Amino acid sequence: MQLQVSNSPFNHEQTELLNNLLPSLTETQKVWLSGYLTASLSVFNAETADVSVAQPSGKTISKEVTILYGSQTGNAQGLAENAARKLEDNGFQVTTSSMSDFKVNNLKKVQNLLIAVSTHGEGDPPDNTLSFHEFLHGRRAPSLRDLRFSVLALGDSSYEFFCETGKQFDKRLEELGGTRLFPRMDCDLDYDEPAAEWLEGVISSLSEEQGSTVSDVPATITPVSEHTYSRTNPFKAEVMENINLNGRGSNKETHHIELSLEGSGLTFEPGDSLGIYPQNDSILVDMLLKELNWDPEEIVKVNKQGDLRKLRESLISNFEITVLTKSLFEQAAQLSGNEDLKALLSAGNEEKLKEYREGRDLLDFVRDFGSWGESAQEFVSILRKIPARLYSIANSLSAYPDEVHLTVGAVRYDSHGRERKGVCSILCAERLQPGDTLPVYIQHNQNFKQPKNPDTPIIMVGPGTGIAPFRSFIQEREETEANGKTWLFFGDQHFVTDFLYQTEWQKWLKTSVLTKMDVAFSRDADEKVYVQHRMLEHSRKLYEWLQEGAAVYICGDEKNMAHDVHNTLIEIIEKEGQMSHADAQDYLEEMQQNKRYQRDVY
Amino acid sequence: MVNQLLKAPEGPPSDVEQIKDKSNYLRGTLGEVMLDRISAGIPDDDNRLMKHHGSYLQDDRDLRNERQKQKLEPAYQFMLRVRMPGGVALPAQWLVMDELAQKYGNDTLKLTTRQTFQMHGILKWNMKKTIQEIHASMLDTIAACGDVNRNVMCNSNPFQSEIHSEVYDWSTKLSDYLLPRTRAYHEIWLDEEKVVGTAEMEEVEPMYGKLYLPRKFKIGIAVPPSNDIDVFSQDLGFIAIVEDDKLVGFNVAIGGGMGMSHGDKKTYPQLAKVIGFCMPDQILDVAEKVITIQRDYGNRSLRKNARFKYTVDRLGLETVKAELENRLGWSLEEAKKYHFDNNGDRYGWVKGIQGKWHFTLFVEGGRIADIDDYKLMTGIREIAKIHTGDFRLTANQNLIIANVSSQEKEKISKLIVQYGLTDGGHYTALRRSSMACVSLPTCGLAMAEAERYLPVLLDKIETIVDENGLRNEEITIRMTGCPNGCARHALGEIGFIGKAPGKYNMYLGAAFDGSRLSKMYRENIGEEEILRELRVLLSRYAKERQEEEHFGDFTVRAGIIKAVTDGTNFHD
Repeated sequence: MQLQVSNSPFNHEQTELLNNLLPSLTETQKVWLSGYLTASLSVFNAETADVSVAQPSGKTISKEVTILYGSQTGNAQGLAENAARKLEDNGFQVTTSSMSDFKVNNLKKVQNLLIAVSTHGEGDPPDNTLSFHEFLHGRRAPSLRDLRFSVLALGDSSYEFFCETGKQFDKRLEELGGTRLFPRMDCDLDYDEPAAEWLEGVISSLSEEQGSTVSDVPATITPVSEHTYSRTNPFKAEVMENINLNGRGSNKETHHIELSLEGSGLTFEPGDSLGIYPQNDSILVDMLLKELNWDPEEIVKVNKQGDLRKLRESLISNFEITVLTKSLFEQAAQLSGNEDLKALLSAGNEEKLKEYREGRDLLDFVRDFGSWGESAQEFVSILRKIPARLYSIANSLSAYPDEVHLTVGAVRYDSHGRERKGVCSILCAERLQPGDTLPVYIQHNQNFKQPKNPDTPIIMVGPGTGIAPFRSFIQEREETEANGKTWLFFGDQHFVTDFLYQTEWQKWLKTSVLTKMDVAFSRDADEKVYVQHRMLEHSRKLYEWLQEGAAVYICGDEKNMAHDVHNTLIEIIEKEGQMSHADAQDYLEEMQQNKRYQRDVY
Repeated sequence: MVNQLLKAPEGPPSDVEQIKDKSNYLRGTLGEVMLDRISAGIPDDDNRLMKHHGSYLQDDRDLRNERQKQKLEPAYQFMLRVRMPGGVALPAQWLVMDELAQKYGNDTLKLTTRQTFQMHGILKWNMKKTIQEIHASMLDTIAACGDVNRNVMCNSNPFQSEIHSEVYDWSTKLSDYLLPRTRAYHEIWLDEEKVVGTAEMEEVEPMYGKLYLPRKFKIGIAVPPSNDIDVFSQDLGFIAIVEDDKLVGFNVAIGGGMGMSHGDKKTYPQLAKVIGFCMPDQILDVAEKVITIQRDYGNRSLRKNARFKYTVDRLGLETVKAELENRLGWSLEEAKKYHFDNNGDRYGWVKGIQGKWHFTLFVEGGRIADIDDYKLMTGIREIAKIHTGDFRLTANQNLIIANVSSQEKEKISKLIVQYGLTDGGHYTALRRSSMACVSLPTCGLAMAEAERYLPVLLDKIETIVDENGLRNEEITIRMTGCPNGCARHALGEIGFIGKAPGKYNMYLGAAFDGSRLSKMYRENIGEEEILRELRVLLSRYAKERQEEEHFGDFTVRAGIIKAVTDGTNFHD
């Protein structure tokens, strides 16, 4: 018999599974199964009944849920922890863990699995998902027929491989036999609403399957008390200092910014980041308005809650206008019916579309495809909410109470005949004055933390603005008088102009808070020298430190630096430890497992 | 026989003496600190030693405060000075210096008041390469600074080419003979292997000893009638005596020096005094013995009073002369007659003997650079590429393109015209007779601007000069940013010493031929007052001067300033 949705109580997915399974069963198996189902059903009902009597609200249902997160910046972790709280409020027993901490052997025992995972760069899994990701996709991956799961995927739709890691987990868990208890939710940078929707769905699905009533506790994101500042309720921090750290004649412009957190109650640890909600450049907004020929004063609705704002203001403060997401194209095509747009979106043109999106902004888009929609309201309704920018915090709170320092590199480049400017970095570089305020929040990052043992040596690799968290590390160590040795690798273009925080490092070297420092300036000599070259020069010493248990931290550019440094570490371990390449890789992977190899790369 | 009067001053050795003492013959930890990549600077102790290698650490003072705020260390950079006796450079050597200035320096070359090249803005990690490339061009930087004999100066008079070549020869012999013998320079910069084992047996520095001299020591040779090298400003001066077109020997003058400290009357500029005459082949012996007297009796406790001039004034000229003759084992002859006309340069083309031509180029402030439309550096580079003679750096920071054959002259003239290289003919004679030290932004001692400001000030003084019809009157005008006297301000008819930003002490009364010091006329004045004073002085000079009377002499005769008869009454 072929099961169908129409002739059974099962949904499409279930019928598919059953149809796959049933024909393969032997007679003995079928008999066993029918008995099993009947028996378990009676037990189940009894339990439910008992619970219902004892606790009519259905809150004491005892059921285990495992939440695994894979997080680079801490967003996924935050959502996972929030979900855990909500589930516990609903009477579930929850185990929350980062993927890297999770013992993969236990996966078979898990019945309810929730995954919150972000995607990094060009569709790469975050560092702390790597081992789990590999395990799941490898030959040791177990059959997960008893597993029910749901994936919350985080990403940035301006990247080609949006939410890729989440999609991969979702697909793989299904392949291994798991059943979705709620469809995967892909979240863009503005993830609060979809994440809440997902969590609500998950809780209700879990509860239904338990035969209980839907929870009466609303599954919204962390309730915000009036005095708690957070991502959804940012604190307006006053700018106290804004200095260009690059000397005259530099190609670079890196701003050291000091913000006051006084009265915010916000705290952070070294390794955490600061989120900033920037404003768009008003010049760009005015160009856009001129192009569209709309009234800057027109009132538009800026969010689902229906908040109203003048068009110009909304384009400055509420919407993203500098990045073109694929979804924007799709929505615009629907609104406008523009044939060129449709063509660009049609199958086979993926490369073309990607190429077009690169280095272009909304102004280019409007110029090339005209406006769409009849009204400004329609226009803004398909724009993405302006996302916050994250910067690694550059100070220690104990060294500078009530202050947060940042190291912000100004981004400027020419593209398609126009100068382009980084939204937040240029706000900091060109417009931000002492006395101004910035809406900020703290983004905790458990994946970039100093060793618990203050005697453990640390090796820090932070070229360019990657230096920021290490200034925080060293300040903290100076305050806490940590004894472990410290070794910093820094690099930039020119010694004379680009040695960020130079006099501070010199001071810390003198007082031995910093044990060693090696620098590489790529444009001072004919041959380009980078941090990894300096690491190689000291490979023996570096390996000695690793053998002594040193933890390695990398911060900065992901595309080139982090990969080169990673490979150099393997090379050093291979050479100095006299082991095979594969063993060296394992060595580093084990370090990562043990949190002795952490990265904050972007 | 030991003269009872001969004693070094009492007192504990100065810090620099202690550094030298511990330095293992000028090595210190230079080898290591030059490799450190965290700072572009080096520690003070090593910087003291570095001077003996012809260089020291400076920073761009324009940027000091700004960089401090940016959490950057000062813009450290090295000044590197070449040892080049008599200021003679071959075209190939010029091209090397030019290239190094572009590659490692600040795109300029400074022609110093001691006739050599100075480069600024060299970063620590480029120093070794720079010194090696200089070495490869058969020049070096040994002893270009520090407590040793400095670059030996020599008249660059191109007219009497035979005499010049003979005298120049003696300047190079002096330079080589008086070099430190330590191998530190070769080990640190030229990767020479250290020789071990022999050190204890051999005297490393037979003449200098391990402490070297108490202070710098300067030697110059003048050929009358030109006193371009300011022979009386030298610790040891030689005045060539020419009879029947033959060099017969040198008058010996000792105890000159320009430096002093503001507010310290125990310090003063002094002129060397002629004590006798020696034959040409006695010159090395005389120099060595004079130096050993200073080595033994100079003040090693107070660096401000360590120059040889103070030793001579303390011990007495006659005592020093007697000790010199004692050490020589023979007596100097009586000084011969000589006559100096001036201490400036003659500009433009002149013809010397053997049909060779010489072109003296006016180089304002001694700075070789391409500035806006004036492509001086490029122009000289193009000339150096085809020139077969030599270049001579003058003591007045100018440049002689020397020994040009008649055939070459046309090509070189063409380049001179093409690049608009100037003999200064369109300037006032005052500007052509001007001199300024480097001062800000690189010199750590500078209290006020000099090289960057004097041209601006001259623009304004020239107006006054023109108003008074003094356009062609040579008046020496010299400005230094501090009282150490690199531009020999005390021998300028108009002299300025920096006191504070925009403020100068003004000096008058020096002789045009460099035979009389100036005296302070006004203290701590700014531009407005300088111009007001000069307006009065130059107008009076124009009206009241006697025939052929120079400005310096006029100010003394007119009672505007009292003549300084000896350095010891400079402050009176």
